Amino acid sequence: MSAGQEQRTIRCLVAKVGLDGHDRGAHVIARAFRDAGFEVIYSGLHRAPEEIVQAAVQEDVDVLGISILSGAHNTLIPKVIEGLEEYGAFEETLVIVGGIVPDEDREVLKEAGVAEIFGPGTPMQETIDFVRENVNR
Amino acid sequence: MSEAAVDDLVTGVLDGEHRALARTITNIENREPGYRDLVSALHTHTGGAEVIGVTGSPGAGKSTLVDKLAKTYRDHGHTVGVIAVDPSSPYSGGAVLGDRIRMASNVGDMDVFFRSMSARGQLGGLATATGDAITALDAFGKDRIIVETVGAGQNEVDVVRTADTVVVLVQPGSGDDVQMLKAGILEIGDVFVVNKADMDGAATTVTDLREMLHLREGSTASAAGHHGLGSMENDSNGTGSPDDDDDDDWEPRVVETVATDGTGVADLIDVLDDHYAHLRETGELDRRERTRYAEKIRQLLRADAADLLEAEIDRHGGMDALVDEVQARETDPYTIADRIVAPIAECVERERERERKRERERK
Repeated sequence: MSAGQEQRTIRCLVAKVGLDGHDRGAHVIARAFRDAGFEVIYSGLHRAPEEIVQAAVQEDVDVLGISILSGAHNTLIPKVIEGLEEYGAFEETLVIVGGIVPDEDREVLKEAGVAEIFGPGTPMQETIDFVRENVNR
Repeated sequence: MSEAAVDDLVTGVLDGEHRALARTITNIENREPGYRDLVSALHTHTGGAEVIGVTGSPGAGKSTLVDKLAKTYRDHGHTVGVIAVDPSSPYSGGAVLGDRIRMASNVGDMDVFFRSMSARGQLGGLATATGDAITALDAFGKDRIIVETVGAGQNEVDVVRTADTVVVLVQPGSGDDVQMLKAGILEIGDVFVVNKADMDGAATTVTDLREMLHLREGSTASAAGHHGLGSMENDSNGTGSPDDDDDDDWEPRVVETVATDGTGVADLIDVLDDHYAHLRETGELDRRERTRYAEKIRQLLRADAADLLEAEIDRHGGMDALVDEVQARETDPYTIADRIVAPIAECVERERERERKRERERK
């Protein structure tokens, strides 16, 4: 009990959104997060933005990691963030994105509320450290 | 958590705010300071939900079945809460909580509140945390609450025992499953589900199960049926004569399902309803609730007393120093235990004496 207070377990939802069937990356990150001591909930493939919002709200996650390789990030990710705002959950959820995001879209996503975008080849430890340093509570 | 924060959460949960409910469960899981006040405040608003525990070996189809159960309950107009417990790694403390993937029938339906919980390696604490999470879902107004867990050990058995009705899931064709049932799970099941009933060997498994359940009826009989309240049992509210007892006993039922396509789920719900009606009619519902609360009180007391003792160990120089003494043969474990408990016992004795004195003065 006292141990739980010293180091709070970080809860994380790893989500695949939209028509994108490539989840190797999501699996790898889910595993790395688990090994870092996080509790990881994996959404499964082909989720609609509302489904991800539902999961993030109910599971009360500290981190929402969206993996997207389809190129539809500019439409799908703002929808997820709007949904989180609707439930009053955005402020306290760290939203990060992994996958293929062209440079010119990065600013758009960050303006929409994404904390950071991790492209291919990002060392796992970098992502984990970022999460540890930036969880909002 | 400040007092105001607790109040806000309680109001939020009672008003049906999903985020407040989610945050409440997080506080319960983290044992956040103030979580006790939170659960205390919610307790008075509970008692409306039927709680169903689902357990079974990995891969038996628990999550899929729970998904279909939740869907069917929703079709009947009930709101549903689900708590899915997964083990966590004893090394990193991390966990991948995968049951949510199977909740395909209920995505987008906020009236199914699905929450994954990890065991977090706290022996015994898990049952307390799930019990408290059930309190939150119940106070929130969920009609049906399903608790799902791998039936792998005492921890899990404790978890499902927080339920009114315990469903044990078995898959056909694996002798191992029936082996597992011997190890104590057989006694806790009210309903047995042979899932994947379209597989070879399903009929055999059903027969095997019926046979084993029959044996259970014969040998352990009523003792297993009424989880005793121990020393707190109130015999006056009637376990009655042995004859009554036989009528009152629930005969565990075996149901066949194919969770992936929903076959048999309606039957299962009928049996669950039957069991709940049985519990209510026989007064067993009440008795189980009493047992649960007695266990919970004991559990809390044990935890609190352990914390108190932990602090005392520190005051006596810490465990390492105490062990040094024992190892050097300067003293022994019993003496140490006495040394630590004696001052506490003294305090209690003094308090009792004071109480007696007050009694006497009043007379």
